[in-house]
Amino acid sequence: MGKDNTILEISHLHKAYGDHVVLDDVSLTVQQGEVVVIIGPSGCGKSTLLRCINALEDIQGGQILLEGNEVRQDSKLISQMRQKIGMVFQSYDLFPHKTVLDNITLAPVKVQKRPKSEAEEEALELLQRVGLEERKDDYPRQLSGGQKQRVAIVRALCMHPEILLLDEITAALDPEMVREVLDVVLSLARAGRTMLIVTHEMSFARAIADRVLFLENGGIVEESTDPEAFFRQPSTERAAQFLHTFDYEKPVKESREAKGTDRMELAEEP
Amino acid sequence: MRSYLPLYRDALLLTLRIGWQGVLLALILGIVCAAILQMRVPVLRTIVVIYVELFRNTPLLVQLFFLYFALPKIGIRMTPEMCGTLGLGLIGGAYMSETFRSGLDSIAPIQEESAVSLGMSRSQAFRYVILPQAVSSSVPGLVANVIFLLKETSVFSTISLMDLMFTAKDLIGMYAKTLECLTLLVIFYLIMLLPVSILGSVLERRMRYAEFGD
Repeated sequence: MGKDNTILEISHLHKAYGDHVVLDDVSLTVQQGEVVVIIGPSGCGKSTLLRCINALEDIQGGQILLEGNEVRQDSKLISQMRQKIGMVFQSYDLFPHKTVLDNITLAPVKVQKRPKSEAEEEALELLQRVGLEERKDDYPRQLSGGQKQRVAIVRALCMHPEILLLDEITAALDPEMVREVLDVVLSLARAGRTMLIVTHEMSFARAIADRVLFLENGGIVEESTDPEAFFRQPSTERAAQFLHTFDYEKPVKESREAKGTDRMELAEEP
Repeated sequence: MRSYLPLYRDALLLTLRIGWQGVLLALILGIVCAAILQMRVPVLRTIVVIYVELFRNTPLLVQLFFLYFALPKIGIRMTPEMCGTLGLGLIGGAYMSETFRSGLDSIAPIQEESAVSLGMSRSQAFRYVILPQAVSSSVPGLVANVIFLLKETSVFSTISLMDLMFTAKDLIGMYAKTLECLTLLVIFYLIMLLPVSILGSVLERRMRYAEFGD
């Protein structure tokens, strides 16, 4: 892929809270249309990385370029740059005092100065695509977690971002609602949307990723452009160990075998 | 007794007028001060802290005396009505800013983050996202402040404003009908304040949308 297709370029990113280093020399580029999934243990810095890209955190070293322009917290253009970076958080964070429709159209109208009717038209179309057009006049508290998260995705999309950052968007959801949200993300991926996704849903990561990054202790330990191969057999020991914690087959099999022998013993007794 | 009623009515109107002017000033001051504290504006923030502590920790009576009797000594002259409005506005502003601040504190920081991540500036995030929620969660405190301020108008009589208290004292002085005059006084304060209390509870119920959770 040519250099022209690069949307996001992070080089030697360094982020620390005082003495505590969260991200250490992280470099990463994302091409247009690419879906990059970041996995790693809790506290490895994956969410912080997304927050840095959006300049919600200041950085202590390195550089973040969005379409060639530097993203800096103190930049005068930061609001314009953030419009190009859609972000969806774990806890949805819809505005509780606004209806679904107003949640979505607030920024397009106030920030991008688009006519309200046009923004509403687009919002309704997007809501329809995620199956929520009938909930447009509801308040967030009337929605389920999965519905709120779908609205949050629509809210980000309505700003026409160049890249979407998804920060563990299913982590706070009840299991039966995870699917409806992930289906929306899958359809976005199919439509060619550029995304950087932090998730704990390994089978989802495997299905959606063009590229997988394994992050640990603030650094990229392993990077793979073949997610199938990565999830089957990662090349680093640490990634293998991490993936192993999501694997229930072996322990379940072992415990079944143990139970089996127990029963046999009991059966033999009388 | 009936002949007193027009006097009480006029006093009520004056009390209400100055009271509401003061409350309005207090609300504006309160929002501005709370916004300055919340956005951590340098220098201004220190001034706000000093202002709030100064006015919260001195009685309104003393503040009024200062405005009405002390300031003219350095050439600042105001009518009693201006003093009343300003005094009420200043002490009210200090209380309102504390109430707004606790309302602002109750809004999770991620609300601002999700607003700015949509491209809003900090002031847009404050205006469209933070403030409406903070106001709605501050309503009970704000209503209590308004009632407190309207009651505090009773010290206006000391700077020769013909408010309810002044009228009652005046009538007692002239006709010595202490019980009747004070009973009327109580009734007129209730006429002024009961609607505020009722309106307050209605507002509280109407503005519950800021409640979080599922």
